[in-house]
Amino acid sequence: MKPSAFAYHDPRSSDDLMALLARLDNAKLLAGGQSLMPMLNLRLVAPDHLIDINRIPELAGVRLSAERVEVGAMTRQADLLVSRDLASVAPVLAQALAHVGHVQTRSRGTIGGSCCHLDPAAELPAVCALLDAEFDVIGPNGARLVPASDWFQGYLQSALDEREILRAIRWRPWSRGHGHGFHEYARRHGDFAIAGAAALLEFTADRSIRRAAVVVFGVEPAPRRLRQTESALLGRQLDDDALAAAAEEARSLDAMSDVHVSAEYRRHIAGVVTRRALADAGQAAEVAA
Amino acid sequence: MSTRYFGAPVARIEDPRLLTGGGRYVDDIVLPGMLHAAFLRSPVAHGRIRSIDRSAALAIPGIHAVYTMTDFAGIASGPMPPMAPHPLLQTPITCRPLTDDEVRYAGEPIAIVIADSRASAEDALAAIALDIEHLPAAADARAAAAKAAPRVHTERESNLIATMRGTHGKVDAVFASAAHRFTESFATHRGGCHGMECRGVVASVDGPSGDLTLFTSSQSPYMVRRFLSSYLGRDESGIRVVAPDVGGGFGPKANVYPEEFAVALAAIRCGRPVKWIEDRQEHFLATTQQRDQFWTLEVACDAHGRMLGVRGCCIHDNGAYAPYGLILPATALASFPGPYALQAFDIAIDVVLTNLVPTSPVRGAGRPNTAFVLERLADGVARRLGLPREEVRRRSFVRAEQMPYVTGGKMRDGSPVAYDSGDYIGALDLVLDKIDAAGFERRRGEAAKRGRLLGLGLASCVEDTGLGPFEGASVRVTPSGKVVVSTGAASQGQGHATVFAQIAADALGVAIGDVIVRSADTSAFPLGLSTIASRIAVTAGSSVEIAARKVRDKAIKVAAQLLEVAEHDLDINDGAVHVAGVRDMKVTLATIARTLSGAAGVALPKEIEPDLAATGYFETSQLAFAYGSQACEVEIDPETGDAKIIRYVVAHDCGRLINPKLVDGQIRGGVVHGIGNALFERMRHDVSGQPLTTTYGDYLLPAASEMPDIEIHHIETPSPRNPIGVKGAGEGGTIPAAAWVISAIEDALGSRAPPITMHPVSPENILEWLKTIKA
Amino acid sequence: MTARRINLRVNGRTVEAEVEVRVSLADFLRGQLGLTGTHLGCEHGVCGACTLIVDRRPVRACLMLAVQADGSNVETVESLGTREALSPLQQAFSDHHALQCGFCTPGMLMTLEAYLRDHPAPTREEIREVLSGNLCRCTGYQGIVDAALQAAQVRRAPA
Repeated sequence: MKPSAFAYHDPRSSDDLMALLARLDNAKLLAGGQSLMPMLNLRLVAPDHLIDINRIPELAGVRLSAERVEVGAMTRQADLLVSRDLASVAPVLAQALAHVGHVQTRSRGTIGGSCCHLDPAAELPAVCALLDAEFDVIGPNGARLVPASDWFQGYLQSALDEREILRAIRWRPWSRGHGHGFHEYARRHGDFAIAGAAALLEFTADRSIRRAAVVVFGVEPAPRRLRQTESALLGRQLDDDALAAAAEEARSLDAMSDVHVSAEYRRHIAGVVTRRALADAGQAAEVAA
Repeated sequence: MSTRYFGAPVARIEDPRLLTGGGRYVDDIVLPGMLHAAFLRSPVAHGRIRSIDRSAALAIPGIHAVYTMTDFAGIASGPMPPMAPHPLLQTPITCRPLTDDEVRYAGEPIAIVIADSRASAEDALAAIALDIEHLPAAADARAAAAKAAPRVHTERESNLIATMRGTHGKVDAVFASAAHRFTESFATHRGGCHGMECRGVVASVDGPSGDLTLFTSSQSPYMVRRFLSSYLGRDESGIRVVAPDVGGGFGPKANVYPEEFAVALAAIRCGRPVKWIEDRQEHFLATTQQRDQFWTLEVACDAHGRMLGVRGCCIHDNGAYAPYGLILPATALASFPGPYALQAFDIAIDVVLTNLVPTSPVRGAGRPNTAFVLERLADGVARRLGLPREEVRRRSFVRAEQMPYVTGGKMRDGSPVAYDSGDYIGALDLVLDKIDAAGFERRRGEAAKRGRLLGLGLASCVEDTGLGPFEGASVRVTPSGKVVVSTGAASQGQGHATVFAQIAADALGVAIGDVIVRSADTSAFPLGLSTIASRIAVTAGSSVEIAARKVRDKAIKVAAQLLEVAEHDLDINDGAVHVAGVRDMKVTLATIARTLSGAAGVALPKEIEPDLAATGYFETSQLAFAYGSQACEVEIDPETGDAKIIRYVVAHDCGRLINPKLVDGQIRGGVVHGIGNALFERMRHDVSGQPLTTTYGDYLLPAASEMPDIEIHHIETPSPRNPIGVKGAGEGGTIPAAAWVISAIEDALGSRAPPITMHPVSPENILEWLKTIKA
Repeated sequence: MTARRINLRVNGRTVEAEVEVRVSLADFLRGQLGLTGTHLGCEHGVCGACTLIVDRRPVRACLMLAVQADGSNVETVESLGTREALSPLQQAFSDHHALQCGFCTPGMLMTLEAYLRDHPAPTREEIREVLSGNLCRCTGYQGIVDAALQAAQVRRAPA
C-alpha cells in the first residue's frame, strides 16, 4: 500500500503557500496526515502535488483575548488537549479531544485538518459548530470569514474553494460558569463515533436556561445543531421533559447507515447521547452557578 | 532427571532479540539484487478474463516484468497440489499460482509485477489494462447450495462439493424415546487471521546450483517445500524453505498459497531474488479466513435435562476452492460431542463453494463453532426445562470416572476418538466457584440499581491436541558444551524455542542459557509437518525429550568408560557427568562432545558412535484432550446495547505445564480472539461477492481498552499419551469463548428475551432483543 | 521533484540521506537505514505496530513521509536498550510475557515509552486506554498492561 507518485512542496511561509496554491493544479494539502496518508496509501486519492503545510509557524497556536479565542488551523490535537487556556474557556473541547483518535494520531493530527476533511463522525468540527465558530480562510484571491452555518457543504465537503486554506478558527467564548457536556458512543475507545453529541448551557440565577447550544454528529454527513431544542430550552428548567424533547429532535435526524449500524440504530443512539450530553451540561452549569 | 526448568515460568529466550528490534521477519530479509513484486488481483468475485494489456505497465521505469501463468509454462503449470486430500473430494479443487481465464473470488491473483520497488510495482498494477467479463457470483453459502444458484466454478455442475457425516449410536431410537426434543438454528461467523504481520515471501535461485530458497511467513515450511517440489518437478533436496520469525499465524498461514508459488516461479523466470510482502488490504482479500456455518440441530434430552442426542445439519461456506481439503468442516464434525456424553448423534455438514476467498482453519478451526452450538443447545435445554444451566452440564457431561471415554466420533484417519483424561464437571465447578457464581444474583441486583443489565455466562469445551503422526527433533552437544536443538517445528510466537530449551536443559543438566534452538528450516532438519491444531508442544516437545534422553544416555555411557565407573553411579548436571556424591569425579559434556568429534588416529570409546547427538521422532496416532470451562460476567447498557465484559475466569487442563507463563499467554490470547468473534469480527460481502470490510476501520479487532483481565486456574492432569505428559494449549482459550459471551448476554437480557443463536452480536442486535421484551 | 535530501537525528545519531518523497518514515528507517525494528502492520494508521517517537511524541510512522522528518529527532525501538541491557520497560515485557510473536511489540514499547515519560504513575485503566491504538493478536493485552505498570514503578523508584 504505497502512494502513487506526487511532487512534494513544503512552503515555509503563508506567502509561499499562496503562490503554490495559485499555480498548482490537482494539489492536496498535507496537514497532520492522519486522514490523508491512509487515503494516499490506499490510493483512494492520487494528487499530482502534495503541499505540506507543517512548516508554516504562523498557522499554529492558541491566542486568547477577552472577546475571542483563536486557534491556528495547524495546532496539533495533542497541544489542544493540554492547553490550559482552552481548558478554561472551552472545557468541552478537552472533553471532545479525549475521544479524538488515539495518542499517536493526536501527536500529528490538527484541528484544521479535521475541520477541512470533515468526517461525519469527527468531534472537532462538531465542537466548532457548537461554538458558532468562524472559519478564517485565505486564498490567492484574499481572505474571508466563513461562519459555521456555511462551513459544512456536504459529505466530506467544506466551504473551501480549491485554492484556499483554512488559516484559523475563532469563536466568542461562553461566559464563565457555563456548563458543558459531551458524549459519544463508539464500539472501541478512539473509534469513529456511531453518534455523538455536545451541549453548552448558561443559566440565570434562578436556574432557568438563558443560552443553549446542542450539536449532534456522526448521524448526518455534517454536524447538526438542534435548533428546535435550543429555542425550546430558553427560559425553562432543564427537566426530564426538556431532555426527552431534545432526544426526540436528535432522533428525527436523517441518519446514515453503514457496515456497522443501521440508520434506525444510529438515530436511537443520537437520542441517547444527546440526552446524556445535555444532562451533563446541566450538572456542570449548576456547579458553576 | 532434574525438573529445574520444566514447570517453571522461565523467561523466554526469544525475548531479548524481539524486544530490541532484532526480530527477523520476512520483510526484514534483503538479498543482493532483490526485486519487489505486487499482484494484479481480480476486481470481481467471478469473471472471465478477456485480455490483459501490459504494455503501459512495462513502459514504466523500474518495471522488470509482468508475468501471467503462461509465462511460466516452461517451468510448471496446472493447479496447485491439494494440501489435505480427502476421499470425499475425488478431484482436488485448487487454484493455480496465477489464474487461468476464470477468476473465482475478488482478490484472486491474476498476474505478478516484478519491479525495483513495491511502490513502482503498484504503479504498474494501475497501468495494466484488464478486460474482464463479469459472471454471476454466489456470495452466500445457503443460496449457493441451492440448485438454481450461480455456479462458483463454471465447469462444476454443483456448488456442493461434499457432505460429511458423523454418526454414533441409535439416533432414531434415542430421539423417539426422549422426554423432550427441540430444534434450533444457529448462524456462526468467524472472521480472519489478522496476525499483525501479513504474509510474505522472498524467493531466490542460486545461480550455479539452481537451488531454490524460499523465506516465507508460514506455519508449514515443510509442506511448502513438499508441494513446490512436486509442482516444479524437482527433488526437494534442491529446495530450501525457511520460516523466519513469523508475526502470528493463527491457522491461515498453515496453507500453501498461490503467491508462494508465483513468487518462486517469478524468481526462477527472471533469475533474481523476488520479495513479495502482503499488505493489509491483500490480507483481507486473499488470505484464507473462516466465515459462515449455518446449523439446524435437534437435541433430545430426558426428563431431568440430561442431553441424550443431537442430530442435524450444517451448511459450511468453503469459499471458491478447497486448498485445505475438507479439514475445516471435518474438524467441526470431529468436535462432536464435546464434553457431553451423548448416546447418539447424527450430524451432516454440506460443504459448499462460494465466490469468496477460500475458508480454512482460524484458531480453533471448527471447534469453536461446534462448542457454540452445543453450549447453546445445553442452555436451551436449561431454559425450556427451567433448570440451572450448570445442572444440565452436570447431568450431561462425561464424568471423570468414565475416562478413557470413547465418544463415538472419528479421527481424520477414521480411528475412534477416546478422551484420555479429565474432569469436566470439576473444571466447571472450579470456574463457578472462582467467579463466585453463588453471589451473582446480588451483583445483578446492584448493577440493576445503576441501570445496567448483568449476565453470567458459562461454556465448556474439549480440545483435541497433539495431532500426529509425528514431529522430530535432534539434540547435539557441541565441543564447547553448547546444546543445539534442531527441529522442523515452526513458531509464530508461542515460545517453542524456550519450551524446547527447558526440556533439553533439564534432560542434559545444563543451564538454559547454554541451549540454542534452531527451527523451521528444511535444510537444517529433514522432516516437519505443520504448526496447527495445538500440536507442537506435544509432538515436537516430546521429540526433544526423546532425543535429549538419548544424548544423556550416550553421555553417561561414555563417561562411564572415561571415569571407569558403572553407569548407575553417574549423575548429570551443571554441564558435566559426575559420580553421584563425588562432584570432582566428572567429565564435562564439552569434553565428551570433543571426544566423540574424533581426532585423527585416535579410537573412539568402545561401542560408541561418533557425535554426542541424537534424533528423536515422537510418533502418535492418538490425540491428547485438553479441556476447560470458562465463566464471565457481561454488563449491558440497555440504552445503547453495549456489552462490556467485566469478569472472566478460566479453568483449563492441558496436562503438565512446561512453562505456566506461556500457557497463560496462549489462553489469554485465545480468549481475546474468541471475544473478537463474539462481539466484533465480521467479514462482510455484498450480494455480488465484493468484500465490504477491507480495512481496520471496517473490521474491528479486539483492542486493549475493551478487554478484561482474565483469571486463569490450571488443572494439571498429565496426559498418558506422551513422555512429557502435556496437552496442547493454543486454542483452548478461543474454543468456548464466543459461547460464553453469548450465554452471558442472553442471561443479562433475561428469560423473556429470545434465545441468541448467532455470533457475532452487535449492540444493535442487543437493542432489538431488548425491544422485543418491552413489547 | 521526486527525491529530497534530508537531515535528521535517529537514535541520537545524525543521519543525512536522499529519499524519494513518497517514501514513508517507516519504510525509510527500515529500508535505507536498516532499522528493521519498526514494523508495518496495516499502513493505514490503525494497528500501531509502526509507532515510534518523533520530537518526543509517539507517532504512526506509516502516516508520516520521511521528508517530513527532516530536522527532527526520531527514536526507534532500537534506542531503548540492548540484548544484554534491556531497559526497565523491555525487562518488564519479558517478565510479564508481554510479547509472543513480537511483531506489534516495538509499537507497544514506543507508545508506552512516550507515555511513561509524561505520566509516571498510570492506572491500569489509563494504560489500557493509551494502548487502544496498538493492536495485538497474540497476547490478549493483559501481560502488556502488567508490564507497563511494573516499568512505571521501576522508573519511579529512586536510582
